[in-house]
Amino acid sequence: MIELKGIHKEFVNDEVVTKVLHGVDLKIEKGESIAIMGPSGSGKSTLMHILGFLDTLSKGTYHFDNKDVSSLDDDTLAQYRNKKVGFVFQSFNLLPKTSVWDNVRLPLLYSNQKVDPKVIDEAIKSVGLEHRKEHLSNQLSGGEKQRVAIARALVNKPDIIFADEPTGNLDSKSGIQIMEILQKLSNMGKTVILVTHETATAKYAKRIVKVKDGRIVSDEINKVITDGRTLNGNLK
Amino acid sequence: MRFDFRNYISVIKALKRNKMRSFLTSLGIIIGISAVIIIMSVGSGAHSLIANEIQAVGSDLIVVLPGASEEDGPPAAVMGISITTLTLDDVKAVERDVEEIADVAAYVSGAATVTWQNKVDDTSLSGVTSNYMQVEAGNELELGRFITKEESDTITKVAVLGASVAKELFGSMNPIDERIKINKESFRVIGLMKERGSSSFQDSDDKIFISITTAQKLMLGINHISMMRAKVVEGADVEFVLEKVKSTLREQHDIDDPAEDDFTVRSSEESLAMLEDITGALNYFLAMVAAISLLVGGIGIMNIMLVSVTESTREIGLRKAVGATSSNISNHFLIQTLILTSMGGLIGIILGVFIAFVISLIVNYLGYNWDFVISPSSIIIAVVFTIAVGLSFGWYPARKAAKLHPIEALRYE
Repeated sequence: MIELKGIHKEFVNDEVVTKVLHGVDLKIEKGESIAIMGPSGSGKSTLMHILGFLDTLSKGTYHFDNKDVSSLDDDTLAQYRNKKVGFVFQSFNLLPKTSVWDNVRLPLLYSNQKVDPKVIDEAIKSVGLEHRKEHLSNQLSGGEKQRVAIARALVNKPDIIFADEPTGNLDSKSGIQIMEILQKLSNMGKTVILVTHETATAKYAKRIVKVKDGRIVSDEINKVITDGRTLNGNLK
Repeated sequence: MRFDFRNYISVIKALKRNKMRSFLTSLGIIIGISAVIIIMSVGSGAHSLIANEIQAVGSDLIVVLPGASEEDGPPAAVMGISITTLTLDDVKAVERDVEEIADVAAYVSGAATVTWQNKVDDTSLSGVTSNYMQVEAGNELELGRFITKEESDTITKVAVLGASVAKELFGSMNPIDERIKINKESFRVIGLMKERGSSSFQDSDDKIFISITTAQKLMLGINHISMMRAKVVEGADVEFVLEKVKSTLREQHDIDDPAEDDFTVRSSEESLAMLEDITGALNYFLAMVAAISLLVGGIGIMNIMLVSVTESTREIGLRKAVGATSSNISNHFLIQTLILTSMGGLIGIILGVFIAFVISLIVNYLGYNWDFVISPSSIIIAVVFTIAVGLSFGWYPARKAAKLHPIEALRYE
């Protein structure tokens, strides 16, 4: 579904050029669950931004669903973000003082289609927050906020869900809950791309791609997948 | 640009999150718009006051003043300079030669100290001809009679009191046939005028009327008159009669060249037009000042919108991340500005109309004939200005928001 070839990315700031990615090749099939790992500054976030249509690449080609999407204009990128992908950020990024329901509905505001409110209810139900849908975002705990963010990422029925350090701002218990929800989505056939520097979080994915200094240094199948069972075993 | 009604809902929610700030931001517009409405309404009210005054005097009047005047400027006589070129002979000539004139009244005026027993009143003295009552509309007698033609042609010491003079000297007593002293000359009171109320510039109640001949010869020692007023017969063309009066007076004064006229003839309509010009210009000037306050209000809105864009940088980033295009974002902020300004405009219009209404109540209570007028043009000006301010001052912040890069916006601390 995704094919990157020789991706370079550089930022120009006050005529200082910073090279972040130096020729990244990556193939991701539909339904995969991948963790992109690496220390901060390795370029993993930039890679995710390019994959998620949040940023454009400087050199190379990006094929999405066999279509070349290497150089799309801003409005088309916005459409791809709206239809094809969903994001879960480390800092939740919910609309302040706004209900769970309205937060989840946000991507639908930009979809230019008539929206069935059931879709929103379903998304909220899939993260187990149907009893809190009228609550305001500031009345929720961190874990609940992140679940709202996942529901928001799901509501447009995207092909891929990107999760950028989804547990970074959470205590370990809520973190586990969030990872289980993401794992469940993956098991249901969604492509989940996780960006993290924590090995424990990465272990939930079936494939781990390690990035360092703007290059992929390893790409292997995760042999010890963390799931509900092993977790429960560990907790005992 | 495509507007989606769902945009409005999310925008209104965004404004509701900051109620106090939204209100304070609109305050500039509220004050500006209500100032425009009030000024334009007060201007129309003042205009109605003048129009009512002219109406009271009669719109079919021709006024002749001594001395030449610039085409549109006020005649010299108005400035308090006494010019002696107009006499009672001129009045008789106009009466005789211009058949389209129904009545001509002549006036002289001066100051008078009136005493009765131990009461003293300083008032203004009007020497008038007997047809004063026919020429000036709105005057009525309360008691007694007015000066007759015989009395106005001779030195006869009779007086008609204005309502407030009578009140000052006699209280509620009947003054008829009482003897009063005007500047030490003894007069007999023959009539009392009905109270007119202080309608505009001249207080018609604080006045005492005597025969014009008596005023000229006995009181002031002059031969000229201060003014004459002629009432045009119904249906006659005022402009035509005006020219006829002029040529009669030229003949009377042996003038060949109109540029050498030593008198000024005006119709009351012309005077009205002149006053309208003056009040109109003043009115527009004041409305301009109010419009400047709208401009300042607009700058205030732009300022707050820029703050709002900066504050919601992360939210803009998020909206872009979930698929909002640049025009979605710019519409969001443009609509937000428009809602703020329209709310301000609406409140401003309501407030302005209300204050203008209160002003008209107060002025009417003070006894002036003042109409409460809200012209449609003032509402249209207010609405157009509001939208123009919203669009022009909302454009820049909206553009700034739309240009934000999604990732940089999301990372904004």
